[in-house]
Amino acid sequence: MSIKLTIVDQMKQIAREHGKTLAPLSDDLVLLDSGLDSLGFAVLVARLEDTLGVDPFTTAEDAMFPVTLGDFVKVYENAAQQRAVA
Amino acid sequence: MPRNSVQSLRRIIAAASSERFLWDRAAQVCVTRLAHGTALGGRLAELTGRSVAIATASQLTAALALIELDGVARRLTILPADTDHLPELMACAEVDAVVVDDGTPPSAAFDRLVRVACTPAVVPADPQSAAQTRTEWVLLTSGTSGVPKMAVHDLASLTAPVGAGQRRDGAVVWGTFYDIRRYGGLQIFLRAILGNASLVLSSAGEPIADHLTRLGRCGVTHLSGTPSAWRRALMSPRIEKIAPRYVRLSGEIADQAILDSLRATFPDASIGHAFASTEAGVAFAVDDGIAGFPIAFLEHDNDGVELRLIDGSLRIRSPRTASRYLGDQPALRAAGGFVDTGDMIEQRGNRFVFAGRRGGIINVGGLKIHPEEIEAVINRHPQVRMSLVRPKRSPVTGAIVVADVVLKPDGAGATPQVKHDILELCRQTLPRHKVPAAISIVPSIEVAPTGKLARRHG
Repeated sequence: MSIKLTIVDQMKQIAREHGKTLAPLSDDLVLLDSGLDSLGFAVLVARLEDTLGVDPFTTAEDAMFPVTLGDFVKVYENAAQQRAVA
Repeated sequence: MPRNSVQSLRRIIAAASSERFLWDRAAQVCVTRLAHGTALGGRLAELTGRSVAIATASQLTAALALIELDGVARRLTILPADTDHLPELMACAEVDAVVVDDGTPPSAAFDRLVRVACTPAVVPADPQSAAQTRTEWVLLTSGTSGVPKMAVHDLASLTAPVGAGQRRDGAVVWGTFYDIRRYGGLQIFLRAILGNASLVLSSAGEPIADHLTRLGRCGVTHLSGTPSAWRRALMSPRIEKIAPRYVRLSGEIADQAILDSLRATFPDASIGHAFASTEAGVAFAVDDGIAGFPIAFLEHDNDGVELRLIDGSLRIRSPRTASRYLGDQPALRAAGGFVDTGDMIEQRGNRFVFAGRRGGIINVGGLKIHPEEIEAVINRHPQVRMSLVRPKRSPVTGAIVVADVVLKPDGAGATPQVKHDILELCRQTLPRHKVPAAISIVPSIEVAPTGKLARRHG
């Protein structure tokens, strides 16, 4: 499964668990408007570390605060690439 | 500010030279009008000398009631909007009157009390007589499970940190992501009042984008929140609506990543992270942009605040601490007057850094969690032998909780169904922030020689 699909899948799953309604998940969707709150994103990042094996936010030298879903996916794609190179 | 010079909030307002405002999502109030007006329908006399609970739904009406009642009521117990255990708290504080607004949910705990409504509409009223009481301010702690503890402050202890290191450069508009009915937010409210500044209040349920837009429209210059609130704000495109001169963090550990991000976003702002708790008050603020605090803070007393490191945890003695707990509680101050914060600190080079809470209390976005409470729920599952709930570092909320679970040997083993069932049990029983983000089935969990689970701090 692609990284993007994994992320979208997890977002839907967490929204279900938290009783939240997700906005249509397009690349330019602002994350804060997605329907998940801070706790939802905290859970998402933790689950993605389990499924994808990376937590690009905690390991990065510089803090990153992605604004859109597209940015968020890119952070994970870059992290996966860096790991593949290393 | 010296202790003996503290006046009542209303007198401070009356002495102000210019108008100041309180804003929330729905209303704007000129607080200066409270010097010769009332938001309590002119019923202040009925509340004189009483133990009054502030149980309004909105922060704005709570703020107005606090200004009017300071120096008038014997005791003010400040209840955040979502407070549980009302009957126990009201009894413990000997509450005999309550201030409500039109959003306060009905409660049997308010029966038989003098009930006064507070509205954002300030109407003219005769000035109060000169009689002044030193009002007790009672704040609920957030760190305990079950009934919150009630910490007793007064205006002197609450305002002692105000002014220390505060810059006075032009008109100040304060804003905060906190609720002003908790210690961190109340500090900002009092800073605004004492500093002749206006204040933009947060509103429950307001999207962060709308809040940031509102902060920008009101021209916020000084803005305060937990690291988690700031992380959330930095994820909003509307962050560009604000340009604060002073950025303040407290209530959780401020790590280097959030400090650096705020520096990058607001290159010209002063950025400070403060250590404070309901019981210990504000101990210090650090303004060098580096996580933790200089070890020199423990060697030299500063503004009357003495810090000590005893058994790994930070102890504080200062005029800013609460004096005691209400009710049947252990002493808030130990012998010698030091308050044990329960925050474990470790030396790294010439800094002290925070290493988590004693007893393993986990802080999820400012909400404190006792792992034992969650373990008790997980352990109710028939296939679970034992469990350990521990914090996992999170870039969003500082920490989240995850659980290690040992299953009984006679069950079906580590199937996805078991994990699912355990999580479902947690979801049915616990608030969202206490539900583990992930469950790992493990062969064993370490138990310390004391017979207790070996918990790692931090």
